[in-house]
Amino acid sequence: MRRDPNDLDRYTASERVIHWVVGISFILAGLSGLALFHPAFWPFTMLFGSSIWTRILHPYFGLLMGVAFLVMAVWFWRLNRMNRVDWEWLRRVGEMVNGNDEHMPEQGKYNGGQKLLFWLLLFGTILLLFSGVVIWRAWFHFDINQVRLASVVHAAVAAVMIGLIMVHIYASIWVKGTIRAMWYGTVTRAWARQHHRAWYRYMTGLGNGQSR
Amino acid sequence: MAWQSLDIQRRSATTTPAPGARQATEVAKLIDISQCIGCKACQVACMEWNDLRGEVGHCAGVYDNPGDLDSQTWTLMRYTELENNGRLEWLIRKDGCMHCQDPGCLKACPAPGAIVQYANGIVDFHQENCIGCGYCITGCPFNIPRLSEKDHKAYKCSLCSDRVAVGQSPACVKTCPTGALHFGSKEAMKDHAEHRIADLKSRGFSNAGLYDPPGVSGTHVMYVLQHADHPEWYSGLPRDPKISPWVGIWKGLAKPLAIGAMAAITLASLFHYIIKGPNEVSKETEKEVENETRS
Ligand code: HEM
Ligand code: SF4
Ligand code: SF4
Repeated sequence: MRRDPNDLDRYTASERVIHWVVGISFILAGLSGLALFHPAFWPFTMLFGSSIWTRILHPYFGLLMGVAFLVMAVWFWRLNRMNRVDWEWLRRVGEMVNGNDEHMPEQGKYNGGQKLLFWLLLFGTILLLFSGVVIWRAWFHFDINQVRLASVVHAAVAAVMIGLIMVHIYASIWVKGTIRAMWYGTVTRAWARQHHRAWYRYMTGLGNGQSR
Repeated sequence: MAWQSLDIQRRSATTTPAPGARQATEVAKLIDISQCIGCKACQVACMEWNDLRGEVGHCAGVYDNPGDLDSQTWTLMRYTELENNGRLEWLIRKDGCMHCQDPGCLKACPAPGAIVQYANGIVDFHQENCIGCGYCITGCPFNIPRLSEKDHKAYKCSLCSDRVAVGQSPACVKTCPTGALHFGSKEAMKDHAEHRIADLKSRGFSNAGLYDPPGVSGTHVMYVLQHADHPEWYSGLPRDPKISPWVGIWKGLAKPLAIGAMAAITLASLFHYIIKGPNEVSKETEKEVENETRS
């Protein structure tokens, strides 16, 4: 159902579904992982049945997140290729954070920050997958020094990724009219014009638009 | 209140101090390798007392049997045939938990109370709190804890904490027929080791010495070695065991750094929203879009 015939399609149903799969499995993997990372988060084990279930389930949440994210990355990587304007946008991200986005360089479907986030998350997911398998004692027996290194890598990369995702979630809350793109797949024309003007023109056929 | 002999001084995944008013005596087991004949009575006594029955394995052609520590084998005699200056030496080491004063297993364990160190120095695993992650294996510099394939809990030598609690010596020490194993206060064990080392030196083992590695702040299981300058000759006893620096970062710096960063992002987001307000589409843009759409 479309509220307004002028709304622009941003995500197909399958794109939204895979994003929710990644999002939910990331939160489950994150909460169960944090429970083991620091005693302050130990109460999170209660969310998963017991501390032992937390240890059993975490790698499967992680695997689901990792595989779903890789699928999503295959679908989206073209749109996330960085160009000169994206670097320019990133250099001036301070203005954006300050709330003065009128003069920011025109952006395609994604801005420089979103693209950078994409590549960082892709890199991080690959590291988490590899290091996670190395420390998964239920199934694997790696050399002790590899396990020690992988333990640090896994915890550090997970912490960085959780930080990035917190910023990602905040950005979607801060920029009004964004979250509906993940509910219904559409955004208003005004939203597109304000935040992704090149994409707006591309989608509406008004002038020389750009998909990315 | 616990028994004084079982007062806990350190507890895994616990950030507040343990009750510490009572001063317990530090204990130690001394393994005098020069007096060991490799009879394995201690290995049997350990199985007896702790009700452990490993599956019958097969002989690999050496005396080591079973081939490695496991959840049913908390102590294991390891045999090394060493040719040293044209002499054959049979170095027999009783392997098992060293009960480190600074235990890497306890430092790495994420489950509150799964690993404790009593005030007398004994490091004990409480399997009812264990989640089976195996972090203790990652943390241990001596390759000691083993996960059970059956119940996915970690096991290792308890130094017979149940016996020690009631003033008994560990089962292995009680059983040893040659007097190679001793148990008592750590001080008394060091004194005894000094006599043994002096004796060995007088018999030509000029490098005899005590193995009480400072890298883990000393251990509550110590060895008298004929060749203290070559601990690695004894089935790879580590020369200078320490908690791995990777484990140090993982369990040290990484924790406050990660928590600090997450807290900072949360607070920065909240205050950003409060100070800057939401980023809404401007009325102007809405109007422009209306015009563009109509035309
Ligand atoms: C990609 C597949 C993944 C695998 C195979 C995996 C596997 C593991 C394993 C085996 C552990 C040790 C605890 C246990 O045995 O349950 C662990 C810990 C952890 N994982 Fe993962 N994981 C994966 C993905 C993730 C993701 C996506 C996150 C982040 C949100 C994450 C965050 C953590 C954290 C924070 C810890 C605790 C580290 C510590 O104790 O210091 N993992 N993971
Ligand atoms: S030898 Fe290993 S298992 Fe035993 S106390 Fe030291 S770190 Fe823990
Ligand atoms: S396996 Fe058990 S004892 Fe070992 S670190 Fe994990 S919870 Fe602690």
